[in-house]
Amino acid sequence: MLLKRLSEAFGPSGCEGEVRDVLTKELESYVPSWQRDALGNLIAVKLGTQGPRVMLAAHMDECGLMVSSIDKSGLLRFRKVGGLDDRVLVSKHVIVGSKRVAGVIGAKAIHLQKPEERNQVIPLSGLYIDIGAKSKEEAEKIVKLGDYAVFATEFGHLSDTVVKGKSFDDRAGCAVLAEILRENYAFTLYGAFTVQEEIGLRGAGVAAYALEPDFAVVLEGTTCNDLPGSEEHGYCTSLGGGPAITVMDASVVSDRRMIGELERLARENDIPVQFKRSITGGSDAGRINQTKGGIPVVVISVPCRYIHSPVSMLSLKDFEHTVKLVKLFMRSIEGGFVL
Amino acid sequence: MAAHGTHHGLLIFRGASFSSPRASVCVHALENTFESRKFDRGVEYEESRSDRQEGGGTLDTKEFLKRMVEATGVSGYEDSVGKIIREVMAAHADEVTVDTLGNVIALKRGEGQSRPKVMLASHMDEIGLMVTKIEEKGFLRFTSIGGVDQRTLVAQEVRVHGQRDLIGIIGMKPPHLLTPEEAVVAIKMQDMVIDLGLTEAEVKAVVAVGDLVTINRNFIPLGGDFAAAKAMDDRAAVAAMHQCLIELKRLRHTADVYAVATVQEEVGARGALVSAYHIKPDIGIAIDVCHGEMPGVPEQDTAPLGKGPNLALGANIHPKVFERLTELAKEHSVPFTLDPVPGPTGTDAWVMQVTRAGIPTALVSLPLRYMHTSVETLSISDVKLAGRLLALFVASVDREFVEGLLCY
Repeated sequence: MLLKRLSEAFGPSGCEGEVRDVLTKELESYVPSWQRDALGNLIAVKLGTQGPRVMLAAHMDECGLMVSSIDKSGLLRFRKVGGLDDRVLVSKHVIVGSKRVAGVIGAKAIHLQKPEERNQVIPLSGLYIDIGAKSKEEAEKIVKLGDYAVFATEFGHLSDTVVKGKSFDDRAGCAVLAEILRENYAFTLYGAFTVQEEIGLRGAGVAAYALEPDFAVVLEGTTCNDLPGSEEHGYCTSLGGGPAITVMDASVVSDRRMIGELERLARENDIPVQFKRSITGGSDAGRINQTKGGIPVVVISVPCRYIHSPVSMLSLKDFEHTVKLVKLFMRSIEGGFVL
Repeated sequence: MAAHGTHHGLLIFRGASFSSPRASVCVHALENTFESRKFDRGVEYEESRSDRQEGGGTLDTKEFLKRMVEATGVSGYEDSVGKIIREVMAAHADEVTVDTLGNVIALKRGEGQSRPKVMLASHMDEIGLMVTKIEEKGFLRFTSIGGVDQRTLVAQEVRVHGQRDLIGIIGMKPPHLLTPEEAVVAIKMQDMVIDLGLTEAEVKAVVAVGDLVTINRNFIPLGGDFAAAKAMDDRAAVAAMHQCLIELKRLRHTADVYAVATVQEEVGARGALVSAYHIKPDIGIAIDVCHGEMPGVPEQDTAPLGKGPNLALGANIHPKVFERLTELAKEHSVPFTLDPVPGPTGTDAWVMQVTRAGIPTALVSLPLRYMHTSVETLSISDVKLAGRLLALFVASVDREFVEGLLCY
């Protein structure tokens, strides 16, 4: 399953190589030519003969960690790559560097804590990765400063339709885009697998600048907080509720004509859709939207619970509905939809 | 090692309310001239010849440990891990029995007619969680069994042991939706839920209130001979007993050794209490874990990893048993560290000591980092060295030594 390979690939922001490799290998026979740029964006180019130039974008990078110093004792100090909550780091299994060195992030035993400590967040300065090295010298043989680390989470099924894995934000989007690229279209389609979204929407802007599309669709794995303790209006999205269309977030206002077309397609084809009920957070769409003289965009997301943590969850039904909706939209463009 | 006392829910741990001048003293092992050269190794202890000779049907101690920590055995519900221990220990024991509370007792008999009894106790139970409510939409509320740090539960994968095992996630709000005030306080256990990704009906068909939950964690080999997992506390000590029985095959001993994988230590050392009563040993040795050295914890409260077992001394430890252990370690080049414990040890040794008319006890500990998290980390060589020292001790025990323990 492509989603499994993408989810388990090592690819924090600035180190997306493994994800690029998974995608180029997977799509070898579907994509006639690939374009790469100075930042590492991977762009599938499918030139058409008529119609608009359309960019679909999904980011390859994930939140992770970076080794910032090595203690005398051989323990690794680290910094965060992207927006990770300190609280998700404790008591986890991670893999460090391209050699995939196993490590754990421990915590002081409960026996040694003062009662009030248990209600305090352990700050980053109090955390480190233990790779079993007994000294700095021993650690330096297998790990170096600047090495990235990611959570060692295996992809798996919770039921026939619900799966868990790391970094569905945005490997889910990458997997949707890969499905779209397996088909051919009359118009020119750029499938942009972007870098560095999690540290400031960096890759998408330069890709859009180079590609200069007429409009763009950003594919995401987005926030889903339909949990006990949340008011329904705070869910953002609901698992199993179908693809989520962003009307507006902190980075962008989606193009209303595209939203309208997506709604129509969903209605006529019995695809459940939902609107993302939160305006916090941003996406590559914000950067693409403001590139050159402005590019209309819309964001379509697969709802994912627990993003930016070691393990996230999505519904394969939502995933399939997202693929179906985006494919229908592509056919609609082929059939003459223009802005 | 239990985090809570049996009474009042108070924390008890070594040196809790006493000032200990220096709890961890590295003792350099002496050169030895021991006849059995197979023991002549330093800290980098490899599998002994006797390990390798055990071929089909038996496991290396490290493999055994991996199987145990990946199995389930929350306090009071040790059956699954107990079954594995029973099967594996049987290869090295004369008989293996299970008592009414579930303690697994492997007996290896000594030679001759006048055989003292040495009881080894390592607890096989682990801390865990228990389902307290099935919420609307199938989310599970839970409570803890044993001393669980709520902060180590966030964003964990768990196994819910219902009618069949289900994988779940203890999730949390993504940072995108957090308010700054929320981000700086630890999430309370009562505010967490387990998400199984199933509908309420699907959940209710498999899960019931009272079902147990453990962290979904595989054994993680780290660099050198370190490894991390859940439940290393105290299954690593069960592995040390396993190693002891393997080593004993190559040593002559008159003592009967009872290797007991005890139940319910994390909730009050209850398994050791009843098994010691039943066995009525002449000497009882608990094998447990102690805090391994790590940043943020005072050096005097910890022992280094990879420098051999840690031997406790203090009121819970019979001075002559302690003396014999250290003498043997020095004689046979088993490195060790020391831990002066002025009060309760918080281990099975504490209850064994006051069983019946009193039992001479000792405590051999395995230094362990991140105790009661799901990434408890230790050195496999420490486990094997502990097993070796226990074997040397058992082999050294005779009737005369046992009688001498009463002479203060």
